[in-house]
Amino acid sequence: MMADELVNVTIDGLPVSVPKGTTIIEAAKMAGILVPHYCYHPSLSSPAVCRMCLVEVEKAPKLMPACVTQVAEGQVVNVDNEKAKKAREGVLELLLINHPLDCPICDQAGECELQNYVFQEGRAGTRYTEYPKRYSPVEDFGPDVLYVPNRCILCTRCVRFMEEVAEEPVLNVSERGDRAYIGIAAEQLLDHPWSGNVVDLCPVGSLISKDFLHKARAWDLDKTASVCPGCTQGCNITIDTRDDVVVRLRPRPNLEVNRHFMCDYGRMNYRWMNRGDRIEAPLIREGTRHMATDWDTALDRMGQLLRGISGPAAILATGRASTESLGLVRRMLSRLSVTAVVQVPTGEEAPLAGVPNLALRAERAANLAGAELLGYQADWEEGLRALPAAGLVIVLDADLSQSEQAMIAAAPASVVVMSTILPEGLRNAELVLPITTMAEENGTYVNRDHRIQRYNQAKSQPGMARPAWWIAGEVIAGPGPSPSAPATAAEAFELLGEGWPIFSGISYADMGYTGLVLGESSDARRERQPADLGAQ
Amino acid sequence: MGYPHPSHPKENPVLSKHFGDPEARSFDGWVKRGGYEGLRKVLRMSPEAVIEEIKTSGLRGRGGAGFPTGLKWSLMPKPDGRPHYLVCNADESEPGTFKDREIMRWTPHQLLEGCAIAAYAIQAERCYIYIRGEFTDPFQIMQQAVEEATAKGALGDNLLGSGKRIEVILHRGAGAYICGEETAMLNSIEGKRGNPRIKPPYPAQAGLFGMPTTINNVETLAAVPHIVIRGGEWYKGLSLSNPKSTGTKLISVCGHIQRPGNYEVTMGTPMKELIYDMCGGMRPGRTLKAVIPGGSSVPIMSAAEADECLLDYEGVVAKGSMLGSAGMIVMDDSTDMVYQIWRLARFYAHESCAQCTQCREGTAWSTRILERILAGKGKQEHFQLLLDLSDNMTGKTICVLSDSCAAPIVSGIQKFRHEFEAYIQGARVPAMAAV
Repeated sequence: MMADELVNVTIDGLPVSVPKGTTIIEAAKMAGILVPHYCYHPSLSSPAVCRMCLVEVEKAPKLMPACVTQVAEGQVVNVDNEKAKKAREGVLELLLINHPLDCPICDQAGECELQNYVFQEGRAGTRYTEYPKRYSPVEDFGPDVLYVPNRCILCTRCVRFMEEVAEEPVLNVSERGDRAYIGIAAEQLLDHPWSGNVVDLCPVGSLISKDFLHKARAWDLDKTASVCPGCTQGCNITIDTRDDVVVRLRPRPNLEVNRHFMCDYGRMNYRWMNRGDRIEAPLIREGTRHMATDWDTALDRMGQLLRGISGPAAILATGRASTESLGLVRRMLSRLSVTAVVQVPTGEEAPLAGVPNLALRAERAANLAGAELLGYQADWEEGLRALPAAGLVIVLDADLSQSEQAMIAAAPASVVVMSTILPEGLRNAELVLPITTMAEENGTYVNRDHRIQRYNQAKSQPGMARPAWWIAGEVIAGPGPSPSAPATAAEAFELLGEGWPIFSGISYADMGYTGLVLGESSDARRERQPADLGAQ
Repeated sequence: MGYPHPSHPKENPVLSKHFGDPEARSFDGWVKRGGYEGLRKVLRMSPEAVIEEIKTSGLRGRGGAGFPTGLKWSLMPKPDGRPHYLVCNADESEPGTFKDREIMRWTPHQLLEGCAIAAYAIQAERCYIYIRGEFTDPFQIMQQAVEEATAKGALGDNLLGSGKRIEVILHRGAGAYICGEETAMLNSIEGKRGNPRIKPPYPAQAGLFGMPTTINNVETLAAVPHIVIRGGEWYKGLSLSNPKSTGTKLISVCGHIQRPGNYEVTMGTPMKELIYDMCGGMRPGRTLKAVIPGGSSVPIMSAAEADECLLDYEGVVAKGSMLGSAGMIVMDDSTDMVYQIWRLARFYAHESCAQCTQCREGTAWSTRILERILAGKGKQEHFQLLLDLSDNMTGKTICVLSDSCAAPIVSGIQKFRHEFEAYIQGARVPAMAAV
């Protein structure tokens, strides 16, 4: 759609100009008006079945469904209007006659669109007093999804997701009339690698996650915008924490990366964020044992160590380290000849068929592209081969097998472990510096399409753990008060521009919450952005 | 003719002339009665000229909506390489309606000829006839007729030697009322769940398999050969009242009547003549109480309204109802209106496709309230509740099934409120056990 073909409409008295072909519901969104809806979803087809988004269009004989009615020049639309409100009240009353009102034990309560709209404009009481509610037992749909038919409002978002987006149509509407329910194909499970999205798509508590079942109330959760550390796709996510414990990951809309979705692998990959066996203080080796110390002492020791090394160095880094940490740790060794490698675990690629360029990638390292831009190699073996000749080995939170730990321990080099967990086999390390996980710091990842995206701190760090970029920044600045050392991740990122021009000229503010593509001009970016109106 | 009764002089049998005559079923028998002459004539005309002829005739859709047939055909896009489809709606599942069944049962070639002409006019090479699943007999007869017509060259690859190709495919429904709704029917033919589609796009733009499609009722298509042979002007002349309603109409009459059956009358014939003359009036000692004139989906008429009603599209609307499919349900003074309305509501609740909220939940709730009233547990508030629900179910959904459930309830309360009151006040013995 050409952006210059604009149509002028008035919605609840607010004039708005939108591209031709826009639906009323999206045009209203642009005017800042949310038309209540259930079946409509910007990433799915619109069946117009819930009839919740009926709005008054002046001169039309009937109320029109805002989700499928396209705007027309000069159209006057009324959402907050008596006729439309009465229709919505009617829909809500009908949706509630068989809805169990078990909100106190329902996981969806607090983020339930039925609850929200009923509070907003539903009837105060029910007139369905003389009959029992329809009852059907809970069904197990698959590895993580339970179906609670009693709560279902038959919006069919789940059916459409599996059919149109996952392209594995295992869900259906079975039966007719008020006996209808969401059915699952015989002998099938809802075990597609992206099937967890049906839980997010469900506007009520009908499809729920076993993993999250009764774990927390929605209103007790703190929500943090982040990026999935699971693979090189870089899906935008929200980390939900309760009292500093990560309880759930959910997709955050980014039309250019993951639309409204994330895969089940990424969704379930959060337990490590809550590990209790963390290093909480810097450790220095005194003789044969480690002693806890303060940061000044640890940083001094690191400085001394660096000055004493003349031979080559090796960095063995995790693929989910931030761009800032990878960059500054690399720069900390700029005096030396360095072999820097990044760890890239692999797994099976699992595309989401209905969305172009969206998959759980085989490369399970969120910042592989960032690491490569910073001079790290994806050839892990190369790093291991560098060990015997190295004078210094830095382990940057890599997951090491026992044999790898033994190889490092056997190397003649001084070993510095900058990690969240101290590997058992590296208890002879010179220096152990506790660092934060991506859930405990601000930072950026560069995805496979060179889109740099920010993630934010979702929980507090354990003990004295600090981001690796902070440690490297302090070491580079040298002992004593050092205004040149970065105090924030944004400052650390700005330092990267000096050594790697691809990062220069952009700031955290430029990246916003959906990131930007490195090397792309701002004009090209603007050109691309209005293309899709599905943004929420 | 008023099959299974002999033709009444007040009837005007055009489509039903050969009902009851088994010989008319065969290809040769049909040809002997002038069959396939219309098709032969059409093949020498341009498709546009055929559409013009139908427009002249004033023929309107006989399935219920009464949309002008010629106009519908002319809405098909110009051929652009995409296939066009003709779909014949033979799902006839509207309660009270049984006219299409008789057309297929006695004169299958009349329908096939109409299909061939319509397909020619809209430039389709394939016609689907969607036959109600319960119609075992008509299906077998139609199947035999298609085979015979194809073997004799009246259908198939070389239509009567013209080089035109028209293939007829019979598709049996599986028993869902909603599949008689034209867009649900398209989904059903495509192998999907029979849910009505949102319009736009209209079937002429994107119908069966996304291609331009025209959907016509059996009776509409069966009238086409007669119009082609005798001319649009002749058909237009068959009108006793409003010039917008032309031709003859098969009326299926059932209920408390002496001679139920199909009666073919000229548009504009008084309903009174149909009931009292052709159908032989009410049962002895009984008087007319109500009529549902157009299949169960239309508002109920009182006896007074029925007495003054003229049987054409405008005449029935003037008396507060609709001609619909002209399935007339006649009820005498022995009828319990509340019970009858409950029975209709229950039907719609059972048949709702479950897409739209108002229909899925509203039809079922309305049914339960009516059950409650019949069980002697009715309350005054139930009137307002039923009317509120009906208002919520009218004009708000994708198709008109929920409107159809609301129509008899609203008209029933308007015209027979005292019968509801009798139950609510305990003056009438409960017709049902408490629910």
